[in-house]
Amino acid sequence: MTGVQFEIQLIAVLVAISCAIPGVFLVLRKMSMISDAISHAILPGIVVGFLITNSINSPLLIVLAAVTGVVTVAIVELISKTNLVKEDAAIGLVFPMLFSIGVILISRNVGNIHIDTDTVLLGELAFAPFDRVILAGIDMGPKGAWVMGTILLLNVAFVVVFFKELKLTTFDAGLAASLGFYPVVLHYAMMGMVSITTVGAFDSVGAILVVALMITPAATAYLITDDLKLMLVFSATIGVLAAISGYWMANLLDVSIAGSMATMCGFIFLLVYLFAPVRGLLSVYKRRNRQKSEFAQMTLVMHVYNHSGENDDVDERRISHLKKHFLWDDHFVQLTVKQALSGGLLSESHQVLTLTDKGIQFISAANSLFSSKYHPGFEALRKEFVIFTD
Amino acid sequence: MDFLEFFIDLFSDYTTRVIGLGTAILGIVSGVLGVYAILKKQSLLGDAVAHAALPGIAIAFLITGTKSPLMFFVGATLSGWLATLWIMGITRNTRIKMDTALGMVLAVFFGVGLVLLTFIQKLPNANQSGLETFLFGQAATLLQRDVVSMGIIGAAIIVVVSLLWKEFKLLTFDPQFFKSLGFNTRFLDILLTSLIVLAIVMGLQTVGVVLMSAMLIAPAAAARQWTDRLDRMVILSAVFGAISGLLGTAISSYGAKISTGPTIILSSVSIVAFSFLFAPGRGLIAKFLMREKNRRNLAINKVIAEMYEICSTHDNLDHRHSIAILKTLPGFSNRMVRQLKEKDLVEISSDKQWCMTDKGVKAALQIKAMGGMD
Repeated sequence: MTGVQFEIQLIAVLVAISCAIPGVFLVLRKMSMISDAISHAILPGIVVGFLITNSINSPLLIVLAAVTGVVTVAIVELISKTNLVKEDAAIGLVFPMLFSIGVILISRNVGNIHIDTDTVLLGELAFAPFDRVILAGIDMGPKGAWVMGTILLLNVAFVVVFFKELKLTTFDAGLAASLGFYPVVLHYAMMGMVSITTVGAFDSVGAILVVALMITPAATAYLITDDLKLMLVFSATIGVLAAISGYWMANLLDVSIAGSMATMCGFIFLLVYLFAPVRGLLSVYKRRNRQKSEFAQMTLVMHVYNHSGENDDVDERRISHLKKHFLWDDHFVQLTVKQALSGGLLSESHQVLTLTDKGIQFISAANSLFSSKYHPGFEALRKEFVIFTD
Repeated sequence: MDFLEFFIDLFSDYTTRVIGLGTAILGIVSGVLGVYAILKKQSLLGDAVAHAALPGIAIAFLITGTKSPLMFFVGATLSGWLATLWIMGITRNTRIKMDTALGMVLAVFFGVGLVLLTFIQKLPNANQSGLETFLFGQAATLLQRDVVSMGIIGAAIIVVVSLLWKEFKLLTFDPQFFKSLGFNTRFLDILLTSLIVLAIVMGLQTVGVVLMSAMLIAPAAAARQWTDRLDRMVILSAVFGAISGLLGTAISSYGAKISTGPTIILSSVSIVAFSFLFAPGRGLIAKFLMREKNRRNLAINKVIAEMYEICSTHDNLDHRHSIAILKTLPGFSNRMVRQLKEKDLVEISSDKQWCMTDKGVKAALQIKAMGGMD
């Protein structure tokens, strides 16, 4: 690994963590699309900053762009407060408007310089190490690393200092306000943080992919944990993983680094979306399947019980009757009967089902359970009596 | 020069006419479908689909090796559609909310598209300049045959919308009821969303990825302010869309070096701003005037009720009092005295004494009957 490669990865990792932290709060506050709006709307801020300072490197540029980001949020909120349109429509109106103004400003005024919409939208991480900080003749490393490092420190400091407040305003803004916190102030502080992070990161990864790095790791972490602190840690970790694997994928295929990072973000999300314990698609599917089968077995045992003993009715207990009785298809009847038999709840002779001793125990346990007020033992009942095989 | 004349003059140029026609068609189609996007609270879906079209375009190029507009269209539609289905899947199967699903799918698809695009750039003799146009929009590159195909697709979309008018209406306003009637809402929902995807992909070449979302929802957001009826809203939205297309084309062809996409968007956003302000009933100015009127009426009613209280302490209601004692009432002003007099609710004698007229007493009793002011 060469120095340049290391520096690119360093910047990528710094960008990823800086984005992943505010991303958690955006996802939890249902404000993900605000980051999309901010990332596009900073264009006029950057252009105006460029027109004033005549330099693409001035810190004023970052400040102006960040202010534009906060102003965007304010305009969106102003419009949605009028109730003329919903908030999402307000977002969809405001950022294209600001972006259009930016594009027109560029084409009218600064057509001959290297600031253009492609740069803002796409960014190029590969060039980042060539822009260096030289202090008193000494090379202090790439500028991107310094900028993103500072922003990362700001982000971490903000979250650490205001963790309690952020947590409270995120999950219960009303309670926060009644306890004397200022949800609105914190909200705008956070929007400022998102704006600064976006402005800092757009240079390396472009405005659109900032959104990928903010939202995707946080959404992925949201599928893994219920703990806010863990979610922040996971989100940052996933961001780092995506940054490094994305870099090497880009290196291998000789393609856009930022694009690869976003692709890896998406890939990691896809894996978690499919395979996460509890919330993954596969475990949801398995759980639903299991619950369906267990419920069917219990229903079947109850049915057999209802037609045994005093109200004995052999015809009702015949396997061929079940299809009509429960409106199950043939396959499901076979499956349920097979599982109930192998679980030992029922026995079968000449296509007629009978309760076994275990089945009778199950019925009495279930009866006492359902007639009591509390059902703490249901899981135990299910685990003790009903079997499920994939 | 007369404005209309100027307009006609402008569109007598062949290129401008083609572009104007194309953007107007786009405005009409996206205006019509935008209504459903707004009402179904899917305003940002357009943004996501537009970004998600990129990998489809790149893959179409990788497979065919040519810049065929038809293949681009098919590729973009397929990947936009796939993105939409994934967004719907994520929100249905997990606790992730719509906004997060949108932002994530948008950005990730765009990232994949960027990877493919840079991959194509590295291929030998790859001429990929057409792809950038698709991204940022260049209405100036619209050709007559583009406009013809836009017209055909647009007409097909509008025919489908009018044939399924009742179904889409129910789907938009009361999907649960619609489902309970036995209709396949899932299919119709996907169909409507697919039409929106088509309209967005159609607009990519003209206004570009970033601005397409506004193209879709701005006319509808403006139309929403003027009416509560779906049919009027759809027609109005189509008209607004067409106007912004024509206006944007006119402005950009008049002023040099202004690209058409942003001017179209700024035109339609101006229509939105105008509607927000001036629409009767819902508009901000109308609402402000209404509030002021209510405030004044409330103040007057309060004063009338208080006057009645003062009068009723005497045996005869037309006992005269000095105006000075009214000055302590909240919301009282000299202007109000004049208004009350104009409305013939009080009589004021030359020595600045007042008493209530019969009409005034009636009004006061009415106010008290309505629950009074306390």
